[in-house]
Amino acid sequence: MDAASAAPLHPVAREALLAALADGWADPSRLYAAGRRAQQLREAASAVVAEILGVRTDELSFWPSGTAAAQAAVLGGLAGRKRAGRVLVHSAIEHSTVLHAAGTAEAREVGVDRLGRLDLDAWSTAVAGPGVALASLISASHEVGTIQPVAAAAEYCAESGVPLFVDAAQSVGRVPVPPGWSLLSASAHKWGGPPGVGVLVVRKGVRWISPSPQDDLYRPGAQGAADLPAIVAAAASLRAVTAGAQAEAVRLSALVDRIRERVAATVEDVEIVGDPVGRLPHLVTFSCLYVDGEALLHALDRHGFAVSSGSSCTSSTLRPSHVLEAMGVLSHGNVRVSLHSGVTEAEVERFLAVLPALVAEIRKEAGL
Amino acid sequence: MPGVAIGGVVRVLADDPAAANDIPAWCRMKGQEFVAGHGHTFDVRRVS
Repeated sequence: MDAASAAPLHPVAREALLAALADGWADPSRLYAAGRRAQQLREAASAVVAEILGVRTDELSFWPSGTAAAQAAVLGGLAGRKRAGRVLVHSAIEHSTVLHAAGTAEAREVGVDRLGRLDLDAWSTAVAGPGVALASLISASHEVGTIQPVAAAAEYCAESGVPLFVDAAQSVGRVPVPPGWSLLSASAHKWGGPPGVGVLVVRKGVRWISPSPQDDLYRPGAQGAADLPAIVAAAASLRAVTAGAQAEAVRLSALVDRIRERVAATVEDVEIVGDPVGRLPHLVTFSCLYVDGEALLHALDRHGFAVSSGSSCTSSTLRPSHVLEAMGVLSHGNVRVSLHSGVTEAEVERFLAVLPALVAEIRKEAGL
Repeated sequence: MPGVAIGGVVRVLADDPAAANDIPAWCRMKGQEFVAGHGHTFDVRRVS
């Protein structure tokens, strides 16, 4: 139940990966037969991903991870607009990799409300300000699932001539991303592809300059040989999940509704966070008072449930999640549940059955 | 809190990095008033 971190490899991706390992091992830039075969595989994979994203293949590049693609979008987008200024406008709930990249610029953060929705008024003022090179907005929160007003935010950017980067890692393969953006990144790991494949789209006419030294500084692309078999597998998986995305969204969204209702009804002193309606279909987050997030995570793990947490004790930085802080919601005893196509209704029911006693046990141990 | 009169203020000392976020969140969830926070010091007023 941690699909927002990584979904299990889709069976179609496994098959494509094995076939491409046998057939796509060569360097696709070489002119001999094996190289041309690899080139064909790369072009076919690009065509599939480009069609699903509604972009041209020459606007698309593959990167070693979604993180690398997002950083390339921000750093390359800022470099390409250096003459406009060095301000990066970003929401307070961006992925930490975007915040790290923001550290290299003059960052202007725009807040969110209690449900995790972007403050559009503040956004419109911020992007219209002086020296704005780029704006960055996550398509939907990876921590609480709240979908962001991408179309409206993009309109404000367009009025000021500011390119918008959308980190769509949690949306691609599940829900459509509204148009209007200039750069977009995604991660195959989240849609049942293998790890190590990120996607970057830079629309035609958008200025981008490579943040690292390479042959063609104006053409987005990762350094070194790409993992072509993984890219082929990622494209195969994206095609498969996109075909079933609508039906799967209905199924998972109903399960998320059930978790939201049942946890609120069966666990005392709990806060279900994020927008109950304008949200991703597969993700729900809640926080429990008087519960150590790490203890709850381990207790659930002992019962066979893999969940994530934004509590400070579970993070690499020992800080509470910046997303939960930006929303002003409880970060203590935090659990994020994110479902993939292999999660059954029976498993969700079992989760809901064991959770209240686990929370009660941890509270009892703490002397409550 | 049960030992505090309604209207009384409790001063909480906490160096947990989550306290600045979670003490106001606790007040909201439990219907109490968050008065102020400075550094590791947080004042909470019992209102119910």
